Amino acid sequence: MAETLIHARDLVKIYRVGDNEIRALAGVTVDVAGGEFTAVMGPSGSGKSTFMNLLGCLDRPTSGEYVLAGKRVSELAGDELAEVRNRNIGFVFQTFNLLARTAAQENVELPLIYAGVPARERRDRAMEMLAKVGLAERAGHHPGQLSGGQQQRVAIARALVTRPLLILADEPTGALDSRTSLEIMGLLQELNRQGMTVVMVTHEPDVARFARRILRFRDGRVVEDEANAHPDDATALLAREAVAA
Amino acid sequence: MNVVALLRVAMRALAVNKLRSALTMLGIIIGVAAVIVMIAVGAGAQARVEEQIRSLGANILLLLSGATTSGGVRLGFGSNLTLSEDDAIALQRELPEAIAAPALRGSAQVVWGNQNWSTVIFGVTPEYLEVREWEIIAGHGFDPTDLAGATKVCLLGQTVARQLFAGADPVGQVIRIRRVPFTVIGVLEGKGQSLMGTDQDDLILMPLSTARKRVLGVGTLAKQRSVGTIWVKVREGYDMKAAEEQVRGLLRQRHRLQPGQDDDFSLRNLEEVAATQEASSRVLALLLAAVASVSLVVGGIGIMNIMLVSVTERTREIGLRMAVGARTRDILGQFLVEAVTLSLIGGIAGILIGVGASFAIAQVAGWRIVLSPESVVLAVAFAFAIGVFFGFYPARKAAHLNPVEALRFE
Repeated sequence: MAETLIHARDLVKIYRVGDNEIRALAGVTVDVAGGEFTAVMGPSGSGKSTFMNLLGCLDRPTSGEYVLAGKRVSELAGDELAEVRNRNIGFVFQTFNLLARTAAQENVELPLIYAGVPARERRDRAMEMLAKVGLAERAGHHPGQLSGGQQQRVAIARALVTRPLLILADEPTGALDSRTSLEIMGLLQELNRQGMTVVMVTHEPDVARFARRILRFRDGRVVEDEANAHPDDATALLAREAVAA
Repeated sequence: MNVVALLRVAMRALAVNKLRSALTMLGIIIGVAAVIVMIAVGAGAQARVEEQIRSLGANILLLLSGATTSGGVRLGFGSNLTLSEDDAIALQRELPEAIAAPALRGSAQVVWGNQNWSTVIFGVTPEYLEVREWEIIAGHGFDPTDLAGATKVCLLGQTVARQLFAGADPVGQVIRIRRVPFTVIGVLEGKGQSLMGTDQDDLILMPLSTARKRVLGVGTLAKQRSVGTIWVKVREGYDMKAAEEQVRGLLRQRHRLQPGQDDDFSLRNLEEVAATQEASSRVLALLLAAVASVSLVVGGIGIMNIMLVSVTERTREIGLRMAVGARTRDILGQFLVEAVTLSLIGGIAGILIGVGASFAIAQVAGWRIVLSPESVVLAVAFAFAIGVFFGFYPARKAAHLNPVEALRFE
């Protein structure tokens, strides 16, 4: 077993809406080792999004402890969290969240700008990542000139460009057709095979089956933590589909 | 993120909504243009006044003979010649700091050849030109022997020279003033308009004695030594107020005025007259300043408004930037630079329009304008300050968004 990357203990998150308290997370304890591919599932309101926000250092737990790669990030605030996000976490969103009217390459460079990387190195690393996701020749295209799948690849390149410890994907295939979904899942599986830790939120069982571990949330708790010994191989499925067609 | 990168991001964001950006800048453009015009007009007016003071001669006190009361009807200054040449001599003697030049004024028809012209005659002493700092550009001035002998020589102002001689050389020619033949011995340099708008070059100067005996003098006036005005030039650096008091005191004493009795002469400090004029042009500048400041504030509010809209529109972008590692100061900087870029571009456009408007005013209204680099620097500084001041709140709002909520914003 590789060393523990994510060490979450009794994470509780309470939102206050008017006089009501909403217990979004009611004590979640999860460890994720480096190199895992974990799917997080659950109905809406189950707390899975809150959990991902905490993992992504976008939010702080009301109580509990979160250690990321040996660092107690649950005690950090504001700009320190921004730095952790910048260095250690790559985000992939359902709606891609690319900057409009901005070339793919510049979109990929964005995290490096905030990391203070010089322009020349930024460009080289962005091009390298675009090549890795198979979009080297589209570097100058704006998001509007790219298909959904291509946009998500740019987003994945952006997530990878800071060489993070962890990719957090929030419904990465939610806005894509099934064939493009397979391509994106194939890419994430490939990255995982190369050693990248991936945590992915999805509500589609088909998509979750590509992960090697599935966490199920309900009412702010982890109700099931299941290892998937034989995950589907997205690339193989895609090849089979191509033959069938 | 460095400033250049921030500037690129800002320019791109502003270019997305070109019309909106342009409309937002309008307030700043008008405000800055008003600042530029205000300073140009104000400085121009001041320069004009300074020039006029110079044309009168600096540090001048003007003594006018008092008014006559004739059966309850007051006839105005100079109607009774209460001043005399002896007053001027006494002033000269008692006030070593000053030069006193008496002058007797009258009007006359002058003729040369088949040309004639109605103008003002001044009988003066040689000190007059010194007091007025008036140069002779052709020929020469008169000297004490002319004064003593009441010789029939005269100096022509530019306007008279032009009207009578139309380009010919007047020096040495003989003109007739009230039918008396005079030899023109010199021509004065042009002085332009006075503070009151009269043509200072439309005059003829001649020795005081000549004027009294041969032209203006009729009957008793010829025998008296009275004069209409005495010009007093005080040495540079001498306190004008003190000089004024000394002159007044001396004249009251000579005229044997009792304490409490009104002066039988009038004493004017020409710089005060000029200052009054300057004050009126300052009113206009103040008015423009009011327009400018209102417009700048309104422009600033416009920028704040549009920046708040922009922050709301781009909430997701802000969320994303935060997710990939933008710190509070990165977001703050981005939106602040955007606001400042907006106001600075508006400022530069305002400067161009202001300079253009200033020239247009100079052309159309005939006002003098003075454009100074300082006003441009001031305008840019103003625009910058407006951008920072009104951009700060929206930028702060953006920088303190919650990344989770920002990313989820629809």
